[in-house]
Amino acid sequence: MATNESGSVGKPMNRVDGRLKVTGAARYAADWPIDGLTYGVIVQSTIGSGRVASIDVSRASKARGVIGVLTHKNAQKLPDKGRAAVNPPAGRVLTLLQDGEVHYNGQPIAVVVADTFEHATDAATMVAVTYEKGTLAADFDAAFPSAYPLPEKPAEPGRNTRGHYVRGDVDAGLASADVRIDQTYTTPKENHNPMEPHAAIASWEGGQLTVYDTTQYVYGARDTVAKTFGMKPEDVHIISPFVGGGFGCKGSTWSHVLLAAMASQSFKRPVKIVLTRRQMFGPVGGRPQTHQRITLGAKSDGTLTAIRHVTTSHTSFIEDFLEPSGIVTRMLYAVPNLESTHRLLKLNVGTPTYQRAPGEATGTFSVEVAMDELAEKLHMDPLALRLKNYAETDPDTGRPFSSKALKECYRVGAELFGWSKRKAQAGTMRDGKAMVGYGLATATYPTYRSPATVRARMEMNGSDVRAVVQTASQDLGTGTYTIMTQIAADALGLKPSQVRFELGDSHFPKSPVSGGSMSAASTGSAVHVACTALRQQVLALAANDPSSPMHGIVATDIGVSEGRLITRSDSPATETYAEVLARQPGKAVEATESSAPGEETKQFAMHAFGAVFAEARIDSDTRTIRIPRLVGAYGVGRVLNAKLAHSQMISGMVWGVSQALREETEVDPRNGRYVNADLAEYRVPVNADIHDLDVIFVDEDDPHINPIGAKGIGEIGITGVAGAIANAIYNATGVRVRHLPIRLDDLL
Amino acid sequence: MRDFHYKRAKSMEDATRSISGDPTAKMLAGGTTLIDLMKLYVERPDFIVDINPLGKISSDLVAIAPLAHGGLRIGSLVRNSDLAWNDLVKRDYPVLSEALLAGASGQIRNMATVGGNLLQRTRCEYFRDTSMGCNKREPGSGCSALDGFNRMHAILGTSEKCIAANPSDMSVALVALDAQVRVRSSAGAERTIPLVDFHLLPGEHPERESVLHHDELITAVDLPAIPFARRSHYIKVRDRSSYAFALASAAVALDLRDGMIHDARVAMGGVGTKPWRSHVAEKALIGLRASDDAWRAAAEAALHGAKPHRYNKFKIELAKRTLVKTLSEVAAM
Repeated sequence: MATNESGSVGKPMNRVDGRLKVTGAARYAADWPIDGLTYGVIVQSTIGSGRVASIDVSRASKARGVIGVLTHKNAQKLPDKGRAAVNPPAGRVLTLLQDGEVHYNGQPIAVVVADTFEHATDAATMVAVTYEKGTLAADFDAAFPSAYPLPEKPAEPGRNTRGHYVRGDVDAGLASADVRIDQTYTTPKENHNPMEPHAAIASWEGGQLTVYDTTQYVYGARDTVAKTFGMKPEDVHIISPFVGGGFGCKGSTWSHVLLAAMASQSFKRPVKIVLTRRQMFGPVGGRPQTHQRITLGAKSDGTLTAIRHVTTSHTSFIEDFLEPSGIVTRMLYAVPNLESTHRLLKLNVGTPTYQRAPGEATGTFSVEVAMDELAEKLHMDPLALRLKNYAETDPDTGRPFSSKALKECYRVGAELFGWSKRKAQAGTMRDGKAMVGYGLATATYPTYRSPATVRARMEMNGSDVRAVVQTASQDLGTGTYTIMTQIAADALGLKPSQVRFELGDSHFPKSPVSGGSMSAASTGSAVHVACTALRQQVLALAANDPSSPMHGIVATDIGVSEGRLITRSDSPATETYAEVLARQPGKAVEATESSAPGEETKQFAMHAFGAVFAEARIDSDTRTIRIPRLVGAYGVGRVLNAKLAHSQMISGMVWGVSQALREETEVDPRNGRYVNADLAEYRVPVNADIHDLDVIFVDEDDPHINPIGAKGIGEIGITGVAGAIANAIYNATGVRVRHLPIRLDDLL
Repeated sequence: MRDFHYKRAKSMEDATRSISGDPTAKMLAGGTTLIDLMKLYVERPDFIVDINPLGKISSDLVAIAPLAHGGLRIGSLVRNSDLAWNDLVKRDYPVLSEALLAGASGQIRNMATVGGNLLQRTRCEYFRDTSMGCNKREPGSGCSALDGFNRMHAILGTSEKCIAANPSDMSVALVALDAQVRVRSSAGAERTIPLVDFHLLPGEHPERESVLHHDELITAVDLPAIPFARRSHYIKVRDRSSYAFALASAAVALDLRDGMIHDARVAMGGVGTKPWRSHVAEKALIGLRASDDAWRAAAEAALHGAKPHRYNKFKIELAKRTLVKTLSEVAAM
């Protein structure tokens, strides 16, 4: 995609949907006004393992306003016991009242439907349940000996996603090392907690089902619902124009969506289910706990000779889900001998899921702290150690990187941060009562892309034209509406205000999941291709129309600016899109085009990189930890919207602070109960915790990666941050903390 | 939420008499604890008597006024924000203003009242989860926190039945300041309870949290004149910069003359099952020269006998350091 100086791509344009959001006009899943709407409330198990021995709904059924209660006794029998859509990881193993088995504490065991949310909530407390308790495993440490290797699956193109991976000879590499680090790092269970909780409204009309959902994957929701009910996909209509944050937990369709549809079918009226904040802990996934043992070997000059990274993370008893912390290790440094292994252990908890930078967020913590430990042992600057082992080509695949500006990121970031002022001796920098420390870590995330299809139509809008561009993508609050509008406007030669971009509807052409930081690359490329095709169609109409001033001019010689056609030669011929369209029957032109990754995935390794620098200040009395500043320098290819990109990056960095210092889901080992399941007790940072966040995008022109030259930026912002902060805390205090979150308890 | 009857009180008599006939009835002031716990089914009143209208009938309930012989009377319906920003409070009892502003969020402080905050209930997660045993919520059902996640729990004043921490910041400052709680019963009888005796230790009956009778309405809190309280300070240590309950906090006032400690007020939060006035720390300080040794001696005395559990062992050292820091900062004022 050629850079267009006069174009809108790259500009810090405000969100096109900003006004709708601040005025409350944006309609989120729970906001849709539906005639005859009823309210479903999920009753959850209060044991962690076993089965429902009896469930008495007589009192609940008679409670005021109650329409019905769905349990495993009366729920409709779904094809394949509700597992027809299960094809992990896309389709999840759900709990849909097909039996009385209980796999975790908080599992849905009934749905109460009433005329109001309050009535349903109250009646839900009246459902009387007795259980036969089974064997419980809710303690990660106790279950650790039961860990098993991840079942093998084929590698994906361009990225080795196998659970077990070896190159070279790690034992020989370690034996040849002058210095070794062998440590264990742990990260806790975390839960996503987007501002908007999960919500779904299900409404049947004959054999057609409409679901107003909040989802990161419109087509995934459609297919999951359709397969689960044994329906044709086109009989399910998913509507999800606004999503109030997803971060991975809305990437899969969870039980409540199907339960809303089941209740709606059973009780023959539209049913809305909105999860409470407490219900966000368990039934809709979270980041799994990890235990990572890392062994590093290096020569005395810092050259890495071997890395072994063994990750153990937990999953549920109903599905294998992996936090692939060790995958990032395979490509981070030029080390000839490497082993990266993943193991799972089963706990009676809700199945974990993707959470912002799954794998990289936890892996860049452990590896980058291990590198800091190695640097200290080598008496080397941590930045010099990283440069010593800089990978010019991908050590995993041996392929060249499509682009890699990491060296520049290190340089620019270090300069802005003032890295040279760091004192190597831990615990020696002071400012009054504050112990001060500097730390750094590398950030990275792969660039993915999936096929996407976009329909673009140019039509009259009064005396002007507008383009309506549609695809079933999603905007999680990140700015998809805006960047797609910019891409479409530039491709068509229109002002952004002449473009209406629409998403979030399964009647639109398919776009991939908004996950893996690939919406911009996938859907953006398809928008570019479709709008370019549409423009060529309109230009061809003009060129072929004897009544057009452009008649006879080759379409490729015609340029468009703000809807006006001009020739690239000296010809004075000109007219507008509106004039061309006005002469067309129907006064509209449409193009539908797809874009998909190609040979580049086999030729190149494609990743975004960055360098994160953190300052930590620790009160020498109370050991309160403060992060006064973070500097992140990133190479992410083309920046599509400077303002939104900056917001994306600082949001990732804020979450990195949260991961480093705040978040931990507590599961009671005695019964698998989620203990701190609210936002008072599950702590995320407040504004006062966040100070200076500096983001720099270094210039990076990537001609190979995709038609718009952009790498995804959804996840890279969180990566590296926890590692940089942990390293800064060590530099400040001399206390090496190898677990997250790091709290003052650890420093007293 | 369950259905309940609701009534707006017409007078103090109406409020206290209405509530006296129904053992489940609750008075509603700011609602920041009560409504929250009703949504969780921890509180299950059948009858709510809204006492907010009383502020319009009896202006004393919403007033902050100097007492004839020194000191301050604070109406029980005074909002936490109004109390925190009151000029007399800021001048004469800065520790109280600081404690209030260290608590909750702006929105909650705008609702929460002085009387309600004295009765704020614990944030123990097991108390708040009706599927777990809790002797405070359901006597005899066992304490889940003893062997559970107890990082936030108390280390002073605990019993085998309950280790829940009192969450109030305001009460810590008030108990340091010798506050007196004025209450009025349904029969119109008035009595004054020293705040230090107002809250009960859990002992065998953690469900009993204060000496307030069911039919009594808190009408005011009196602060005696403590001239040296102008030299007072509150430090709260928590997991984030705002909107978190104390891991440890300290309220301190010092009467210093020529470097000698003539008198002291010391209370601690986040560590006790009730707002923790430390007379032993005060005794340890009085007569000593202001010095790090004095602060350390007071901190050792204050935490003497502290009983931690699995996840809150750090609180002993943290509380000592918090108290030392607060004492030294007050001395430097």
